[in-house]
Amino acid sequence: MKKTVFFGAVTVASLAAGAAAAGTLDDVKARGTLNCGVSTGLAGFSAPDANGEWKGFDVAVCRALAAAVLNDPSAVEFVPTTGKTRFTALASGEIDVLARNTTWTFSRDVDLKFEFIGVNYYDGQGFLVPKELGVSSAKELDGATVCIQTGTTTELNLADFFRSNNISYEPVPVETNAEGQQQYLAGACDSYTTDASGLAATRASFEDPSAHVILPEIISKEPLGPLVRHGDNDWGDVVRWTLNALIAAEEYGVTSTNLSELASGTDNPEINRLLGVEGGLGEMLGLDNEWAQRAIAAEGNYGEIFAKNIGETTPIGLARGLNAQWTDGGLLYAPPFR
Amino acid sequence: MTTISDPPKQQFRLSMLLYDTRYRSATIQVLAMFFFMLLAAWLISNTVQNLANLGKPISFGFFSDPSSYDINQRLLEYTSRDSHLRAALIGLLNTLVVAVLGCITATVIGVLVGVLRLSNNWLVARIMTFYVEMFRNIPVLLWIVFAMAILIESLPSPRDFRGDTPSATMDLFDTVAVTNRGVYIPEPLFSRSLGDVHLLGDSSLRFDVSLDLIAILVVLGCSIYAMRKVSARANRIQEQTGERPTIWYIELGILCVPMLILLVILGFHLGYPALKGFNFSGGIHLRNSLIALWLALSLYTAAFIAEIVRGGILAVSKGQSEAAAALGLRPGKIMRLVILPQALRMIIPPMISNYLNLTKNSSLAIAVGYMDITGTLGGITMNQTGRELECVLLLMLVYLTISLCISGVMNWYNKRVKLVER
Amino acid sequence: MSDTHAETVTFVRDTMLPEKEPPLSTVGAIGWVRDNLFSGVLNSILTILSLGFIYYVLSGILPWVFQSVWNADSLTECREIMVATWGDTHGHACWGVIKDRWLQLFYGFYPPYPAHPDANFGSAPDGHWWPAYFRPNLALILLIGAMIPVLFSGAPRKLLYLTAAYPFILPWLLWGGSVWVPLMVAAGFAIGYFAYVLVDRSMSSLMATIAAVLLAILWWVFAVGPVSGALHSILNIGIAPVQSREFGGYMLAIILGVVAIGCSLPLGILMALGRQSDLFIVKTLCVGFIEFIRGVPLITLLFVASLLLNYFLPPGTNFDLILRVMIMMTLFAAAYMAEVIRGGLAALPKGQYEGADSLGLNYWQAQRLIIMPQALKISIPGIVNTFIGIFKDTTLVSIIGLFDVIGLASAIRADTAWNGIYWELFAFIGALFFVVCFSMSRYSMYLERKLRTGHR
Repeated sequence: MKKTVFFGAVTVASLAAGAAAAGTLDDVKARGTLNCGVSTGLAGFSAPDANGEWKGFDVAVCRALAAAVLNDPSAVEFVPTTGKTRFTALASGEIDVLARNTTWTFSRDVDLKFEFIGVNYYDGQGFLVPKELGVSSAKELDGATVCIQTGTTTELNLADFFRSNNISYEPVPVETNAEGQQQYLAGACDSYTTDASGLAATRASFEDPSAHVILPEIISKEPLGPLVRHGDNDWGDVVRWTLNALIAAEEYGVTSTNLSELASGTDNPEINRLLGVEGGLGEMLGLDNEWAQRAIAAEGNYGEIFAKNIGETTPIGLARGLNAQWTDGGLLYAPPFR
Repeated sequence: MTTISDPPKQQFRLSMLLYDTRYRSATIQVLAMFFFMLLAAWLISNTVQNLANLGKPISFGFFSDPSSYDINQRLLEYTSRDSHLRAALIGLLNTLVVAVLGCITATVIGVLVGVLRLSNNWLVARIMTFYVEMFRNIPVLLWIVFAMAILIESLPSPRDFRGDTPSATMDLFDTVAVTNRGVYIPEPLFSRSLGDVHLLGDSSLRFDVSLDLIAILVVLGCSIYAMRKVSARANRIQEQTGERPTIWYIELGILCVPMLILLVILGFHLGYPALKGFNFSGGIHLRNSLIALWLALSLYTAAFIAEIVRGGILAVSKGQSEAAAALGLRPGKIMRLVILPQALRMIIPPMISNYLNLTKNSSLAIAVGYMDITGTLGGITMNQTGRELECVLLLMLVYLTISLCISGVMNWYNKRVKLVER
Repeated sequence: MSDTHAETVTFVRDTMLPEKEPPLSTVGAIGWVRDNLFSGVLNSILTILSLGFIYYVLSGILPWVFQSVWNADSLTECREIMVATWGDTHGHACWGVIKDRWLQLFYGFYPPYPAHPDANFGSAPDGHWWPAYFRPNLALILLIGAMIPVLFSGAPRKLLYLTAAYPFILPWLLWGGSVWVPLMVAAGFAIGYFAYVLVDRSMSSLMATIAAVLLAILWWVFAVGPVSGALHSILNIGIAPVQSREFGGYMLAIILGVVAIGCSLPLGILMALGRQSDLFIVKTLCVGFIEFIRGVPLITLLFVASLLLNYFLPPGTNFDLILRVMIMMTLFAAAYMAEVIRGGLAALPKGQYEGADSLGLNYWQAQRLIIMPQALKISIPGIVNTFIGIFKDTTLVSIIGLFDVIGLASAIRADTAWNGIYWELFAFIGALFFVVCFSMSRYSMYLERKLRTGHR
């Protein structure tokens, strides 16, 4: 049990001054909790429920990671971050991993000194318009008022898209998705643009979803993924391979229900290595060999997490699309576990 | 002979730094300075070290990079290809616009409410008290969000103006369109415009000056100067003969005729907003975000100003209003000519801090997506470049400068009022 | 003479006439209405306009408030019930969201039973006799108890001990952990005090002040951690710890406001004194600090807390956002507090200062015994007003991602069940703030009236 929290934080802070930061993995193990940065609220991806329990697609990744490292999927402190504070929170060490639908871009990776450890959702920016507007392509939006969330890459994509197509528009910046939705529904903007997953989630929550369409154009690539600080490769590996384990588990048909059965050994050496029955991959990561079992047991494999939080049976109702396994024509392609 | 009162000449001893009041103050000050410098040095060295660890040395080079984002309300010409510096400038102008508009309306509403709170009419006084308490005791952020929600929800969208039997129509003989995207009002246009002058070439600070506006201002200035002359002459005549010549029509003529002639020469006409495509086009577009922010800030600040005004009026002694009544002045005139000028002395200093508060509160624009300097420099620019240190420090510097300017101007005005009073 | 006089007057009344009732039109309800509502043409017009305005507003709001749905678990359900009951969804509030989330709006994610983090509000874990949210509720009750002797002069003086202990009780109750930590922190003050007394006897008071401050700081920085750790391992008294990021909702606003005002009071007093002093450098530093803080918006200071404070502290230092926000809020409040107290100092007659000097008191004695008690007393209305301001400004923390009431409102709106709801949340939050701020402003007005009569 941590004895002190408040005064402890102050005194430890001053004591720890100048102490060289050990590896994040050791820090997390010593602390006993994983600090995970999430968004302040995006339906399906991360939002607290009535009991203060965080739920969602991004949240599940953090839980799997906590299960892998700490053997406890609930040993996660969720730190809500805004578009503004997310990178500072990560850079300053306030959080160990940022799982907040963040687009992998060159400048964030290189200039801001972060390391994207993979992609957990392939997204793209789209447009939502009311059907009665009679618009069938984003290029017909000349002169339209477009609601857009500030502090995201979508803002830059939007400017680029309209500029390169040489059409005019009026941006209406909004702070949160909920406000964007409110403005859009009231007709204060003709179109709402954000990641297509967000649009689908937003549309699904409308009183009459069928009165709105998502235009066919996807104007940007938005590979969303968790990221960690640059330079701590051990920790980066842990996060990367935990995510890969979730993806690979779906590919090999390992689910949370048949996990215990498969963990006793199968004929498929790849599954055996993944689940730690043979190989000893976990120890190479600095964990034990059952890490991937625990990660999968936490919230299920990638497919289960997807289905549970944002899949077609949920109110969000997203199709797998690009996020299907490569064997099903999608882009998910976990490197081999060997 | 030395007088007895002369103290014996003392050798300076080290302990005098502590015990002798003459030196002790110096000791304290040196110590204070020392600790301050120490603190500053510690903070700066930490910052330098942290930045070095992150590999992000302080640099303002990002300012000249293209901003790549659009801003909807821009007082100067701006595209997403312009630099971050220009985006910050646009944001600064937006901050100033809402601050100036807010201060003016807050003053008007505040004075009105403050006077009405003292009204004889029980109902009116109660309503005003209710208004003041409602606005003073609920956070301004909530009011801003609330105002925005009301505008968005209760006003018709441009779509409602369309069709054969539209559910909404334009107001004031089809010249003003009130929509939930903002209010479109007619704009002044010149068909024989003199054109613009481009200043500062291609730099980020470039701006255009409309020659039409300059011409109007020059003519207006000349007219006012001439009016002053005429009224000075009238005063002279009044002093000499005791009779004041009627000059109002001369003054009116001097004011209006040259202006009318100029406007005709320039081909002045109004451009009306009209529904075109998705939106209204033409006219001046006052965006929702501006109106919500402006409304919320001025109503919120007006509640405070009303209290100040009321306090100032109550502080003027009752004898003043009684004396004025004895002179036969009507209540309105008593207020205007006797009470308010005296109350002004009490009112202005707290008013300054309310103007400052309004300006600072305008930084909450971010909640309704109004692109002020917090939204551009402290928002998107900071986000896209990841230069938090530079952006936040610069942002603080800008606000500090604005605050100092406002308090400087208002203090100067305060001094002037005081001199006139006495 | 008198006789003749008596004869010339035919009738002298020697009893008083009974008082007549005033005309009906000037008394009672009618008279009042005539005087206050219809005393002139203009007034009558104003009255009618006001009545119309009131009717318009109430006719819009009242049905919305009262023809509403309380029992619903999601907005869709609310809408279904509305359609079933009234036929349309317009003009009816859906208070189900408040019913569903009011605990969250009040307490954020603070665990109802901190020792059992997974226990929910409805299900008290075995062996727990105290109610849910016992700790924050107790902290609030104690807060009121600690404030009473400060705010009302008639209150029992013994409560002042509670006031003195409260700064140590509050963090312990809310954050939990070992009881030794707050005790050891309090011990720092005792150490400082003894150092002052001891050094003051042997050397000057200036040295004593410096020694006291230095010793206390050294104690806090280097000794509190190990000593309380050692004591804790000997005698383990403590309550379950709670992370500060679990704080939220209206509780967060109260905590931030109370901490900011409580900590800023000593800072503000020091800076007010510094600003008044004739030591040039001290004065310049104080004026610079106060004007700087007052010249920038709070939101930029919160940006500093959330984005920059980690740059300013030694590499590797890291403490959570709520603490950083508290630091910045305290600095912010201190600048305003300094101005309020400076006003109090300036309002004291010069004779008080001269009287203190003539008694031979030194600077600190004069401040402690004569100046401050009076200056603080007349500053209390100003301090309360500053508190109201700070309390309202705590809503700004939602912009940097903390879950205060407004932040939670956004999070609730992001939940699929309540996506699309806002008036109800805003109305509820507004009412919460109004109740507290309004009663405090009434208190400060009462105090101002009381102080005014005291002076005349």
